[in-house]
Formats: sequence, structure tokens, C-alpha cells
Amino acid sequence: MSSHAKPSGERRFLQVHFETMGAQLAASKSGMWLFLASELLFFGGLFTAYAVYRANHPDMYHYGQYFLDWRMGAINTAVLISSSLSAAWSVRAAQLGDTKTLKATLWLTLLLAGAFLVVKYFEYAHKIEAGYIWGGEHCVDNLKVAGKLTEHQIEHCLSALPPEVAHLPIPEHMGRFFSIYFVMTGLHGLHVLIGMALYVWLLRRAGRGDFGPKYFGPVDMVALYWHIVDMIWIFLFPLLYLIG
Amino acid sequence: MVAATRTAELHPSHEATSAHDNYLTHAHGWKSWIFSLDHKRIGIMYLCAILLSLLLGGVFALVIRIHLWAPEGALVSNPTYNNFFTLHGAVMIFLFIIPGIPAALGNFVLPMQLGAKDLAFPRLNLLSFYLYSIGAVLFIIVLAVGGLDTGWTLYPPYSLEGTRGLGVLLALTATFIVGFSSILTGLNFMATVHSMRPKGMGWFDMPLFLWALFATGIIQVVATPVLGITVALGFLERMFHLGIFMPEYGGDPVLFQHFFWFYSHPAVYVMILPAMGIVSEVVSVFSRKAIFGYRFIAMSSIAIAVVGFLVWGHHMFTSGQSKWTNIIFSFLTFFVAVPSAIKVFNWLATMYKGDIRLKTPMVYVLGFFALFGVGGLTGIFLGSLATDVALHDTYFVVAHFHFVMVGSVLTAFLAGLHYWWPKITGKMYDERWARIAAILVMVGFFITFLPQFLSGLQGMPRRYATYLPVFKPLHQLSTIGAIVLASGMFLDAWVLWVSLRRGKQAPANPWGAASLEWATPSPPTHHNFEQTPPITGPYNYDVLEEVSEEAGWVRNDGWNP
Repeated sequence: MSSHAKPSGERRFLQVHFETMGAQLAASKSGMWLFLASELLFFGGLFTAYAVYRANHPDMYHYGQYFLDWRMGAINTAVLISSSLSAAWSVRAAQLGDTKTLKATLWLTLLLAGAFLVVKYFEYAHKIEAGYIWGGEHCVDNLKVAGKLTEHQIEHCLSALPPEVAHLPIPEHMGRFFSIYFVMTGLHGLHVLIGMALYVWLLRRAGRGDFGPKYFGPVDMVALYWHIVDMIWIFLFPLLYLIG
Repeated sequence: MVAATRTAELHPSHEATSAHDNYLTHAHGWKSWIFSLDHKRIGIMYLCAILLSLLLGGVFALVIRIHLWAPEGALVSNPTYNNFFTLHGAVMIFLFIIPGIPAALGNFVLPMQLGAKDLAFPRLNLLSFYLYSIGAVLFIIVLAVGGLDTGWTLYPPYSLEGTRGLGVLLALTATFIVGFSSILTGLNFMATVHSMRPKGMGWFDMPLFLWALFATGIIQVVATPVLGITVALGFLERMFHLGIFMPEYGGDPVLFQHFFWFYSHPAVYVMILPAMGIVSEVVSVFSRKAIFGYRFIAMSSIAIAVVGFLVWGHHMFTSGQSKWTNIIFSFLTFFVAVPSAIKVFNWLATMYKGDIRLKTPMVYVLGFFALFGVGGLTGIFLGSLATDVALHDTYFVVAHFHFVMVGSVLTAFLAGLHYWWPKITGKMYDERWARIAAILVMVGFFITFLPQFLSGLQGMPRRYATYLPVFKPLHQLSTIGAIVLASGMFLDAWVLWVSLRRGKQAPANPWGAASLEWATPSPPTHHNFEQTPPITGPYNYDVLEEVSEEAGWVRNDGWNP
């Protein structure tokens, strides 16, 4: 290639347009924080939609919350907070060059993220099976629409109703609550999936021994991303499950 | 493939840079372009894509104008007309004006103005270009699958009706993808300006173009995600009947308008701020005078970016939002005038007693002042609640936003293109013909859009395929203007094309500008600089001396490329 030897050690990851590893890390960090800002605004649209519909139709939220199991939500909150701890720990391990702890904490974060999605799967499956889905397709909205649901679907829809709502009047277009629920948690779930893919990538690189005290940027950046995913859930949980 | 490119780009061979080696000759073959991580090559690819979009949007515009020659329509059927005005708007806004200056010229110039070798994230930059290209192709597919007749604003309920074909879904997808391209560009620019300024260049030692791109980045990063989630919700609404936007399922179409304008109003500053950045550079260089009121111009860019977020409701005065909302948004709208006026006064003060040289970029910038002046002042009538209710959705609005978005941004884009053309291509163009083209463009522009203020005041509604005979003379004048404008554009395209084939070799610094992109050869070497040149200040002309027309200007501190 050239007379210059290829840089060795962690400096092999120094890109040509930066002078020092520190400058490269600082640039990545400012880029990552800007990306997180854009993520907040991305979810911000959904939080605004939530607030607008909540202000205009409080009855819908009161009715809808009984369909969500706060215990499942609480378990998932605990799971995600723990995963944030292990994500932060992995950054420290990378900075210290402790590859063993690094790999262990990366695995732990990945597994906790998987556990979150398993719980989410059971929640979704139960709702979809009963017909408690989004918008105009929600079975409760269609109970009185002639010909929309079969006998069997009506029976199924009614038998799975939470006991608390039996005596409440059914709010108009109550499926909108579920639209908001599914879009918000769905987009969040998609972010969890992307996070898992990133942790698989980090594990591969950690296995190759890429990270150390001078080069830990990717571990740091993915952890930042993971914290924002965690933080968004910390807002979703009370808004959807607790304050009907 | 990615790994290979990365190795090639990030660890290039360190062969000595000969006088003939530049970024264009550094590598060969189409792969050396589409996998390039060099900001200059990505800028060139953006420039080509953006000019093609401009051509496409321009052809749509000509069809619209020729159709409106006769009151009953002269060229196409009414549904076809609806497709043309929608795609004219969508292509011009999403594919030309928004990415135009930042992604093409900004990409090329920003790292060099910092004395840097590249943007902070070269791979992200290439990804951003790929996303833009995918979005652009999707918009073209929209044409093939029967078009789009909703207007570029895509308002539901009309746009999300269940009976529609693929057009709207594809347009929503394309907007989402192009939006992410814009976010990544803005993020990259902000991170680069933030972390890659060389030693000796503080925030207030940067060229004002960088301040403008930085302020643009704020809007791109903060506003565009909201457009992303809005079009995603629109897509889901159409597919799964969410009931968020469609009244049929209990949704609120005005919520869509709020979301849409929360992005699309700041987006007009994504268009105009980089344009203002170019004006700040050009007006100082061609007046041979340091820019007047540097800090005010820099800070007014940030102020426009911030205030721009608080005024979106002025697009919705007739949407049925509350009276108080209308009043507050109208009140806030006037605040945008303050930083905009600060800029204009500072530019005029820069020219005052300057040694003004009427090269092509300066001719465009003088046109910019006139066009932006008319566009800005007519905005007052639209920001005022009482007059807007009458003028809403008339040709007055069409004329106003064409003056600010096309008149101002397009002329500034052309000013920038001609200003940096010698740097980008290493060739000088024919000044005389380029100036004639510039004058044709601006005269054509005035003839096209001034009559539209009048027809709008008389009540001509926008977007109509046919009109009452009383408007005929004004419409025909507009159409004549459009043809003059188009001929100016084609003449300019020819001038630039000829310069590529037969243009004189450009010196490193043909205009005598003091910012760092002129301290590298024309065209620049692969890495721009072997080492960062000494920082002397972006508007400090004392360090420059003119040698001759052919040799351009040199620095008198002995540091020259």
C-alpha cells in the first residue's frame, strides 16, 4: 500500500480526517446527542397526539386503561431499567479494557432486551386474539355495527372484557386509544429490536478485541441510544398503563 | 464492499500529491463515485441529482403555466393538471429547495471552510445521499402509478381516502425517506461545525455560511422528525384506519395540519437560511469590505431558527382553530421579520462605500435583495390575520412564497453555484453570458410572479385548472414570464456546460475571498489540505493581493497552496 506502516493498536480505528482519538470521540458524541434529540422529536409527535386525544376524550383513556395489565408493564419497566444499568456498566468495562466484564454486560443487556420483547409479545398476542386492536378495527367499536363481526367474534370480544369496564358506557371510537397504544409501544418495540441488533454487533466486535481505553466509542454511543429507548418507556408506562 | 471502501478511503496511500492530482482525478470509474466517502464527490453527486430535480420540477412548472394560457385550460386535462401542480410542489420542495444549498454546495464547502479534510461522519453523508436518491426515485414512481393530485401538503381527509391508489402511499414513504436524509445531513453539519473547527477559529471566527448551515441543522434535526412521524401516521392511517387523522374513524384532520406545519413552516427556513449564508459571503467578497455586523448576522440566523418554530399556526388561520390561537400565531409571526431585516440592513451596510464588483454571483445577490424584499414585505399581509383570511388560498399566496422560496433561494443557489464553480470544477465560466443569463432569470421571475399578486388580490384561487376570463391577461403575462425565466436558466446551463469543455483554468482564489476553501487549489486535492492553513479571519481582505485576472489573488503572508 504505502511506505507508511498501518497504524497498530486502537489507533487503527482513527479515521484520516481526525487528528486524535479524542477529537474523533468528541465528534461522535455530539453527533449522537443530536440524533437522540431527533429521536425525542420523532416520539414527540406521538406524545402530542396522545395529549390531544386525552384532553378531548378523557373517557376513552379511562375506559381503555383497564385493557392494559399494569403488572406486565411494571415487569418490563424493571427489565429495561436493569438493562440500562448493564449498558452503562459495559461502557465502563470497555474504558477499563476489561473485556470479560464487557462481554458479560453486553450479553446481559441483550438478554434483558429480549426479555422485554417476550413480555411485550404476550401482551400483544392477548389483545390481538381478543380483537382489541387499533382504530376502526377494534371489536368493541364494531359490536353494534351490523354484519361487521361474526357471532363467534362478538362472543370472544365480550368474554375477554376486563370486569371493570362492564358497567361503563362504551366511549365513541374507543379503538383510537388502542391505535395510540399500538403505535407508541410498537415504535418503541422497533427501537428495542434495533438496539438488540446493535448489541449483537458490539458483541462481535468485543469478541475480536476491538475495544479498549482509547477506543470505546461504539459501546458508548449504543449505550446512549439504549438509555433513550429506556427513557421513552419510562414515560410510556405511566401514561398508558397507570393514569387512566 | 463497505469494509473495502472504508479501507480504501480511510487509509489512502500516502503518495506525494502532485500538482495534477485533485479530488476528480484521484480515483477512476463509477464505483469510485458511488462508494466515495469524499464530501466533495458526494457534494457533486448531490448537485447532479438536485439539478435533475430542478429540471423535472421546472418542466412541471412550464406545463402548468402553458396550460393556464387559456381560461378553459390550454394543454392538459383537469385531473392531469392537478397531478402536475402537486408534483411540481413536491419535487421542488422535497428534492430541490430543501436539500439544494446545504446538501450540494454545503457538502462541498463546509469542511473546507473549516480547514478540515472531511465532514465528521463521511459514511453517514453517503447514506444521506442514498436515502435522498431512493426518495427521489419513489417520487418518480408516483408519476408512473397514476400520480398524486392532493397538493404537496397531502391534507387528509382527501389524501387518505380508502379509494385511492398507490400514489399517496408512495409519496408518504418518499417524504419519510427524504426526511431522514435531511436529518442526517443537518446532524452531520452540526457535529462537524461543533467539533472540527481548527485551533484559532472560534465560533465568531467562522464564515457566516457556516453559521447559516449550523442554524439550518438545528431546524433539520428538530423539525424533520415530526414530519417523519406525521407521514408515518398518515401511512398507518391509510393502511389500518387508526382514527388519528381521518374523521371517518374519529380522527382529527386539523391535527395533521398542526403536525405538518410544525415541520413545514420551519422548513422554509431550512431553505432560506443557507441562501442567506451565501449572500453574506458573496456580498462581502464582491464589495471588498469586511461584512458589517458579523455577530448580528450570525445570531439572527439562530434567532430565525428558533422563532421559526413558534409561528406554524399562521398557515391555518382558516382551518377552524380557535380565535385566540389565530391571534397569538399572527402576533408571533411578526417577530420573524426582525432577524430577517437585521440581515438585510447589514448586507446593505456592507455594500455602503464598498468597492463593488459586478461579477455573476454579485448580480444574483443584488437580485436576491429585490426579490427577498418583495417576498418579505408581502408576507406582512399574510401574517396579518384580517388580510390573510381574505387572501388565503389565492394567487397572492402563490406569488408571495415563490418570491421568498424560489426568487430568493433559487437566486442565492445560483449565486453560490457561480461563486464556487471555479473551486468545484477548476474552470472559469464566461462572465458576460452568465450575467446575461442572470438578468434574464430575474426579469423572467418578476414578469411571472408580480401579476400573480394582482390576480390574487382580485380573488383568483390557487390550484385551479381553469379560471374566469377576467384573469386572462394576468395569467398570460405570467406564462410569458415563465418562458423568459426558463430561457435564462437554459442559457445559464449552457454557459456552465461550455465552461466545463472550454473554460479557462481557474486560479486557487479567483475572487479574492478570505475564507479557507480558497486556500486550497482549484479543484481541491483529495484531502483538501495537507495541513490547516493559518487562520486570518473569513472577511480579512488585508492579507490578499490581486496578481492578475488569470492568477487570481494570493495571500501576502506567504502561505499559498
